[in-house]
Amino acid sequence: MRVLVTGASSLIGVGVVTRLLERGDDVVTFQRRDVEALSGVVDQHLGDIADAAAVSAAAKGCDAVVHLAAKVGVVGDRRDYIATNVGGTRNVLDAATSEGIGKVVHVSSPSVAHDGTPIIGGGADPAIGAHGAAWYPETKAQAERLALAANSSTTAVTVIRPHLVWGPGDTQLVGRIAERAAAGRLALVGGGVALVDTTYIDNATAALVAALDAVAPGARCAGRSYVVANGEPRPIRELVEGICAAAGVPFEPRDVPLSIARRAGSIIDRVWPRLGRDDEPPLTRFLADQLGTAHWFDPRPAREDLGWSPEVSIDDGLRELARWFDRAGRSTNDAR
Amino acid sequence: MSTTPDRPDGATWRGWGIDPSWSRLLDVASHDGSTYRWHVLDTGPVERQAGAEAPATILCVHGNPTWGYAWKTFLERFAGRHRVIAIDQLSMGYSERVALRRYATRVADIDDVVAALDISADGPLFLAAHDWGGAIAMGWAVDNVSRVAGMVLCNTGIGVPEGRGAPRIIRLAASGPLRDLVCRRTNGFVEGTVRLSGKRITKIDRAAFRAPYRRAEHRAAVADFVGDIPLRSTEPPHPTEAPLDRVASLLPSIEAPVLLAWGARDIVFDDDFAADLAGRFPNSTLHRFPDANHLVMAEADVARAVDTWLQSVLGADVEPRPAAAAPASSVFAGIDRHRDDVERIAIADLATRTTLDFQSFARRVDGVASSLIQRGLATGDRVAMLTPPGIDLLVAVYGVWRAGGVTVVADRGLGLGGLGKAVRSARPAWTIGPKPAGAASAALRWAPRATHVDVAELMSEAASKADDPELPASPADAADAAVLFTSGATGPAKGVRYTHGQLASQRDALAATYGITDADRLVAAFAPFALYGPSLGVPTALTDCDVTTPGALTAGALDEACCAVDATMAFGSPAALANVVATAAEQPDATWVGLDGLRLVFSAGAPVPAETLRSVAELAPHASIRTPYGMTEALPVADIDLNGIEAAEAGPSVPGVCVGMPVAGAEVRVSQLGFDAIDGVPGAVAAGQTGEILVRAPWVSEGYVGRWQAQRLARPGAGWHRTGDVGRLDDSGRLWVEGRSVHVVHVAEGPVTPVPVERAVERALSPNGDATVGRVAAVGVGPQGCQQLVVVLESATPSGLASPAIVDAVRSVVDEPVAAVLTMRSMPVDIRHNAKIDRAEVAEWAEKLLAGESGAGIARRRRIWRR
Repeated sequence: MRVLVTGASSLIGVGVVTRLLERGDDVVTFQRRDVEALSGVVDQHLGDIADAAAVSAAAKGCDAVVHLAAKVGVVGDRRDYIATNVGGTRNVLDAATSEGIGKVVHVSSPSVAHDGTPIIGGGADPAIGAHGAAWYPETKAQAERLALAANSSTTAVTVIRPHLVWGPGDTQLVGRIAERAAAGRLALVGGGVALVDTTYIDNATAALVAALDAVAPGARCAGRSYVVANGEPRPIRELVEGICAAAGVPFEPRDVPLSIARRAGSIIDRVWPRLGRDDEPPLTRFLADQLGTAHWFDPRPAREDLGWSPEVSIDDGLRELARWFDRAGRSTNDAR
Repeated sequence: MSTTPDRPDGATWRGWGIDPSWSRLLDVASHDGSTYRWHVLDTGPVERQAGAEAPATILCVHGNPTWGYAWKTFLERFAGRHRVIAIDQLSMGYSERVALRRYATRVADIDDVVAALDISADGPLFLAAHDWGGAIAMGWAVDNVSRVAGMVLCNTGIGVPEGRGAPRIIRLAASGPLRDLVCRRTNGFVEGTVRLSGKRITKIDRAAFRAPYRRAEHRAAVADFVGDIPLRSTEPPHPTEAPLDRVASLLPSIEAPVLLAWGARDIVFDDDFAADLAGRFPNSTLHRFPDANHLVMAEADVARAVDTWLQSVLGADVEPRPAAAAPASSVFAGIDRHRDDVERIAIADLATRTTLDFQSFARRVDGVASSLIQRGLATGDRVAMLTPPGIDLLVAVYGVWRAGGVTVVADRGLGLGGLGKAVRSARPAWTIGPKPAGAASAALRWAPRATHVDVAELMSEAASKADDPELPASPADAADAAVLFTSGATGPAKGVRYTHGQLASQRDALAATYGITDADRLVAAFAPFALYGPSLGVPTALTDCDVTTPGALTAGALDEACCAVDATMAFGSPAALANVVATAAEQPDATWVGLDGLRLVFSAGAPVPAETLRSVAELAPHASIRTPYGMTEALPVADIDLNGIEAAEAGPSVPGVCVGMPVAGAEVRVSQLGFDAIDGVPGAVAAGQTGEILVRAPWVSEGYVGRWQAQRLARPGAGWHRTGDVGRLDDSGRLWVEGRSVHVVHVAEGPVTPVPVERAVERALSPNGDATVGRVAAVGVGPQGCQQLVVVLESATPSGLASPAIVDAVRSVVDEPVAAVLTMRSMPVDIRHNAKIDRAEVAEWAEKLLAGESGAGIARRRRIWRR
């Protein structure tokens, strides 16, 4: 099977490509920059996902697409988010349809359906993208709706929303927690009691490959969305503590009440863009809700319809993470 | 007076799909002195098949402006199996046209026609009613509660639901001149009603509905009916207002099951009316037909729903309870055996320092019975016992039984509110208690229709009647004897019905299990257990302890009571025994002479920690320490002694709490979790497998009061009682309890029972069985089917997440994934035993905490979101 993977430079992207190659699939990637780890082993197409012609060229002759490319973040110009997340998705779907590609896995985010209230054993609710001024969830919601609408009797589309992916090499969740803890700036919202599910990286990539295998015209998962996670929700405090322990940094969090975190987030949402800064703000309203309220999901739909279940537990994942930090630490020391 | 329309001919009936032989005219003597000619559609009596339940009679009462034809689907479906009688009310359909008849008269008319219909008393009688006919049928039912086996009510009402006005369309139609125009002079009302059903009824149906109302002179009653609806408080009040209010106030007395079959598109009798009725009947089930309008029986397959409901109500598919061997003797046997013995103590009450010998006890019991009968107590009357535990209560209970009454015993352990609710649910005809209790029960409306008997007065009357032996024969084994209440720890307290035979069998089972003979003497530290003493014929001592706090029993008080009767047996609740152990420890030098003489100590009601039992064994060195397993509905089921508990606990892991082997005469079965009792008796799962625990024994209670649904679900048939507990039988036949079925945590991988998890945690955190940890609760958070398991520990630390060390310790001993480990400062427990954890409340607390924002916050946000 020849598979196009967009946004292959990300941690998940590399993971998916590696899995596909390992089992003998033929992989084409599409991303902005050359990825060293992939050079020589896959056919890399470099370009902007918003460039329809470039996407179409990469999709030629493919049997399946895993669409990961997205603009992630909380700052920046809304137009950029629209161009990449909405426009880019439209380009991928158009290319899949015109090339007669039967299998499309669109990678979305649980944030598209999150309205700030706790999610307790929730399902993959419809994408609403109604979280104030956060461009990412808004544009990802639009993209998901496009993807589901594109599902047809010849091109089957399934949507996967991996929830809070982490693991060795992750600069988003793990990287930031470790960095803040090391700098003594670690804060937990509402004591960190909220029950939150997460996804170990290997489980996320395995789920995407399982979705790729499951999706086909007429399959149950065609035209549907699934949240993918470990199915092991934990109080967020425990997770953060586990990550800190793995990273070998002290766990000395300050506690920020949820109401204060929300208020602060709302203020930062308004002020940050006016400061002309393009780095990530320390807190946003969206982040306050994400850190302060429960979000965990019913694991059964993904397990039943995609034939996938997580193989690496949170505890095993944390051990893996600790080993990785250990190696990374040693190599840094060796370099000195 | 107007003329009556002619009855259709055979061809017309057949054209409408009605068997012409069903159409009958009947001259009925009316309560008003006249004789009226009624028209009924009657499928006729059905012969009882050998071995089958007696066929039912279904009496159908139509509303306005319809007639018996409205029940065509019932006639068709049930003909030959049950007798269906669809009457035409007077002045309606093809019944005689008579002068204006208001609501109360129409209710009396039903009584007249029922008397004339020669309805078989062998089979059950059901009422089916629609629209205004519903109010009339309900009116008849409240005064014939014992005759009505069930009711089917379709789009009707008894009063305007709270918080809203009468439906506008009815107000419009009812307003004076318009009413006559719409209802009588034109066929607007008839036509409008028929039209509401649109294409859901056939052209033939429409013609049949219209047929008896073609001429204005046939429609007078249509207008009268509408005019008989009391719409608003008027001066003088509308004549129908008071009778309707009375019927409404009596509806809660209808314990029989009620099926509300509702056309959901009705704009007059809408869902509010269904909810209103559902709130008035103790046993109702709602079946909505989303696409049907007002004439729901004609529009939707109501008859089929009724068929299913009837099968389940009639229990046609319920295997009958096996005939139990009659108990060796009546509940009075122990008293009768010693009734001439003036030396033998019957009761010693250490709280009041009074004793009563068996002869006096027997005479007082007879005196109470005689006095109650003289006051008018009839066989089967329920009597709420509001007398505090003590000699008077025991005398009163046996006296009520002897008189043929049914004792309603709700203890203060239910809490005052729970006690009131419990008493009210049993609707006693009498209350017996001290004056303040009578006043309180009247003021709180626990028993609004009951006659209060002052217990002091009753006792002095009894003393003066002691030589009056003029008593009827003792009640039969099958006669109702008592209503006892469940603790309410696992839901609202349910009234459990026992017959005399079942109580006597229970006494025999206890005597057999514990080898109780006349040589024994009992101390009851748990007041309800004192009731068994006289029946067993053993001297019984009541401890000096506040009954509302059994946990306050001291070692001294127990020892004193033991000495008073030279006791061989003591019965206590787990909380009481725990306090005995604690208070004994404070007096290390004391010698317990009374405890030393005990051969048996038993404790039941809630699990008892082995370590408490060991301490009890040290205090009573010659006693066998036993804990019977059972519940209000069935006791005893199984039994285990301290050695048995220690042997069971010796293993590396325990699948719950071992309650021992089933007692002689009791059968225990473990069946598939969540089985459907309507499908009959479930098979047993293999030994070692977890499932629901069922028990069968002659002493299993008869059923529940006013909880038809609960009873049906607890009784799959053949005499089996579903205990509500889950557990397993091991290879050696011992029964292990793993929790309540409602507390099973349903995670994505399947069910997880709470007690094995809790026991594993307790054993890990306090390896010697010492009480170093408080209570432990394993609960589920999130939706059923994808719940997460959360372990909650009672601890002095602030409520919240447990420390990482505790979390690791818990996870390392629990096989299932644990999402979170929490500590809770004080865990909610039941009042009666002070031991059963309210896991539902713990689960709710845990879910809120782990949601990250307060419950109030969640509710507020949801409201905002909905806007």
